[in-house]
Amino acid sequence: MSSAPRTATERTKLPYCHESFHNLQELRHSASLANKVFIQRDYTDGTVCKFQTKFPSELDSRIERTLFEDTVKTLNNYYAEAEKIGGQSYLEGCLACLTVYLIFLCIETRYEKVLKKISRYIQEQNEKVYAPRGLLITDPIERGMRVIEISVYEDRGSSASSSGSSTTSSSGR
Amino acid sequence: MTGNMHLGVEEPIRECQYNQICTHNSSTMDTPHTKKKKIKRKWQVFPGRNKFYCNGRIMMAKQTGVFYLTVVLILVTSGLFFAFDCPFLASNLTPAIPAIGGVLFIFVMGMLLRASFSDPGVLPRATPEEAADIERQIDTANGPSGPGYRPPPRTREVLINGQTVKLKYCFTCKIFRPPRASHCSLCDNCVERFDHHCPWVGNCVGRRNYRFFYLFILSLSLLTIFIFAFVITHVILRSNRTGFLSALKDSPASVLEVVVCFFSIWSIVGLSGFHTYLISSNQTTNEDIKGSWSSKRGKGNYNPYSYGNLITNCCAALCGPLPPSLIDRRGFVQPDTPQPVAQTNGTGACPSNQVQSHMTYIDDEDCVNPSALMSLDSVSSAKAKHISR
Repeated sequence: MSSAPRTATERTKLPYCHESFHNLQELRHSASLANKVFIQRDYTDGTVCKFQTKFPSELDSRIERTLFEDTVKTLNNYYAEAEKIGGQSYLEGCLACLTVYLIFLCIETRYEKVLKKISRYIQEQNEKVYAPRGLLITDPIERGMRVIEISVYEDRGSSASSSGSSTTSSSGR
Repeated sequence: MTGNMHLGVEEPIRECQYNQICTHNSSTMDTPHTKKKKIKRKWQVFPGRNKFYCNGRIMMAKQTGVFYLTVVLILVTSGLFFAFDCPFLASNLTPAIPAIGGVLFIFVMGMLLRASFSDPGVLPRATPEEAADIERQIDTANGPSGPGYRPPPRTREVLINGQTVKLKYCFTCKIFRPPRASHCSLCDNCVERFDHHCPWVGNCVGRRNYRFFYLFILSLSLLTIFIFAFVITHVILRSNRTGFLSALKDSPASVLEVVVCFFSIWSIVGLSGFHTYLISSNQTTNEDIKGSWSSKRGKGNYNPYSYGNLITNCCAALCGPLPPSLIDRRGFVQPDTPQPVAQTNGTGACPSNQVQSHMTYIDDEDCVNPSALMSLDSVSSAKAKHISR
């Protein structure tokens, strides 16, 4: 095997997902938190959960605009799906009403199912896209669905990649 | 003199401190079953003025006296109905009467408990970083202000479906309230889609429990009318056989039931009608009282949240998706996460916090921090301070 990857972009090309997970762990424990960027809610469509897709200037040098916008748009779509009022939600509502809402002791609401999908999506995005760029997205549910909190970690440059390469080389073999 | 005093006072202190160190250590440090400091659940450090039961599963307002009155009234009236009127009605008319009554009663109690015990849609307070970020945004918008000068009320305007809505800043929760949210002064929380604080239910009525509240008052009006009608029927049937006065003597409970139902019907049926109107126009009590979307405010004033259709509004309010609780009452407090700013603190503070704040002086009642006692100098100087007071 050739020498372990030294730069973040090279690391993202690694086939092993646990390599990028190592990046996430490293990020949390070794890198220092520089800043937190908050993406606020977009209320132009009413009270539905939707986040602004405006690209914050603090992330200008850290991530490509399209990647960021894709993440936010996908999250907005998930939330729209969770809050959609249609046949399925009516069925769920009527069934729940008939059982005096005791049915929710046994089954999950549709909203909760979508929230689980969202947290899996955020985890995946963190591992594949954000952690290699020194960023970390916090699930909005942990901030009361008010903001998407993006933690910006200090780019340690060569020191981070050298420590990273030692761990990847040990785990890669 | 002071030396003697020091010695005389220090020895017993050291002893009782030694005892306190032992208990402090054994309870929190070295015993195998409590290896680390006790982790709290989030409801124990919740900043609002709410009461929690069943380890965070149940959430209610601080004043719950009227709620117990509601429960007692419903239980007593229904109990009397089932005990005294139903046997007669079941045998003389049809057993469907107690059956339907039973179903209604279960539905009423279920909805009441659900409305009272669930989280109405409380918005968690801002984390310190969020609050700082918002402050920065406001400062750049308003311009810097001198110390001691309170800036004008912070608002943000947003265009929702063509209608301009002002979002207000909540000084307690340090957030810009989402549209339709309001801060309940009784519970000291911002609640999403805040309708009103209901003392009868012992909780705020908001986004997450409005449908339970509505179904409660609707089914309670049906139950009240049901009981009233059939108690009257019972008394009439009995008085046909035995005369009016002896009928009343035979079932005295009926009198009580009729009185309770008669006075309740007006208020409960009226309230149900009012809330039916609110649901069909997709307004909250708060908005209706303030006249937010009334045409009297201006020609172009309309409700931007209404779906335009009566049926859709009703279905959205009653059968729409049930959002999850945002405050995660039963989750564990992570030691490294920043806690939101709390105005009323101290209720959930664990003893070690109190100890650290008392490190500069030693009070005999407090459990003393062992690390502060390592140097006798600190002990003697602290005790000297205590004596000199």
